Amino acid sequence: MSHRLEEFSDIEFDVLKEISNIGAGNATTAISQMMGIKMNMDVPVIKFLEFKELAESIGGAENTVVGILFGLERDIDGMMMFVMDCDSAKSVISGILHVEEPADAEFSEMGLSVLQEMGNIIAGSYLSAISALTNLSIAPTVPYMSIDMAGAILSVPAIEYGKVSDKALLIRSEFGDDTMTVDGYFILVPTLDAFEKIFASLGLSTL
Amino acid sequence: MGNMIKVGMADLNTCKAPDAITTLGLGSCIGVVLYDARTKACGMVHVMLPDSTQIKTHDNPAKFADTGIKELLDLLSKQGIMKSSLQAKIAGGAQMFAFNTGNDLLRVGQRNAEAVRKILKDYGIRVVAEDCGENYGRTIEFYPETSELYIKAIGKPLKII
Repeated sequence: MSHRLEEFSDIEFDVLKEISNIGAGNATTAISQMMGIKMNMDVPVIKFLEFKELAESIGGAENTVVGILFGLERDIDGMMMFVMDCDSAKSVISGILHVEEPADAEFSEMGLSVLQEMGNIIAGSYLSAISALTNLSIAPTVPYMSIDMAGAILSVPAIEYGKVSDKALLIRSEFGDDTMTVDGYFILVPTLDAFEKIFASLGLSTL
Repeated sequence: MGNMIKVGMADLNTCKAPDAITTLGLGSCIGVVLYDARTKACGMVHVMLPDSTQIKTHDNPAKFADTGIKELLDLLSKQGIMKSSLQAKIAGGAQMFAFNTGNDLLRVGQRNAEAVRKILKDYGIRVVAEDCGENYGRTIEFYPETSELYIKAIGKPLKII
């Protein structure tokens, strides 16, 4: 088994992409159901980025974003993060609550709990897709939320990735209807052991 | 006004007055500034993890506190700036998510700050000022002309150390 992400074979990398893709697709569907609207979703864009480029790709390191983070437990260790820019987060909230959110980086109490709940739904749907595919039992911890600069939010998964790689896997998923577009980003951060478990569960033993 | 030189995540660079050096959106990472107040030269490294010896992959020295600070010292020394003339200012090391678990990996900000302080102490470099910890992101700008470190955070007034 390779000891770092850069040494993953093409097949392993494709598997990783596919898993992320399915998870992101599932989560997007769940969000649109929560909002009670029919959403169109573009094919997620998956990129392997250097840490330097990570924040740039979601609007710059100083762009204010909402980050929802949860840990992974049971068969797989690691963490997963969902990131949205502030405007997207506000579109989602007003789509559900039908009230306008305050300006800038401010959120109403109700708005924050919508986001928190959204985090729960994303965690559940994303992970159940991966579970179903791999037959592994994966449970999310309670989600934690932070609204701050993109660079600062992303430092958390980046640091985790930093232990096994010089790059991180970022999945961009764009969805919306005629009136709004939401840009969401998923970052799945399994430990190296977890990667091996995922590959093994799919019959991709590279030993 | 000089140029603003950018340092990315797990990146380092040097600059001289009137230029300034910045790193954007520091979270649990630490921005370490080493400067020589007399020659108005400085360097900045944006480190992500405390210790390279704990980790298998280290192609990029700037990622770790130990190798990053060493790399920056080497770079400054090549420019004729001696370790003995350097002082430090550091910022970052926040805990971005309010975990209440004792999970080690989540306190990485705090561990980063501790590692940086210890490494600088071992090199005999004095930390003149620091703004570490808390739970928010920081953008920092260092002006070697005045040795001032500007710290910007969302919804907070500008802080100068």
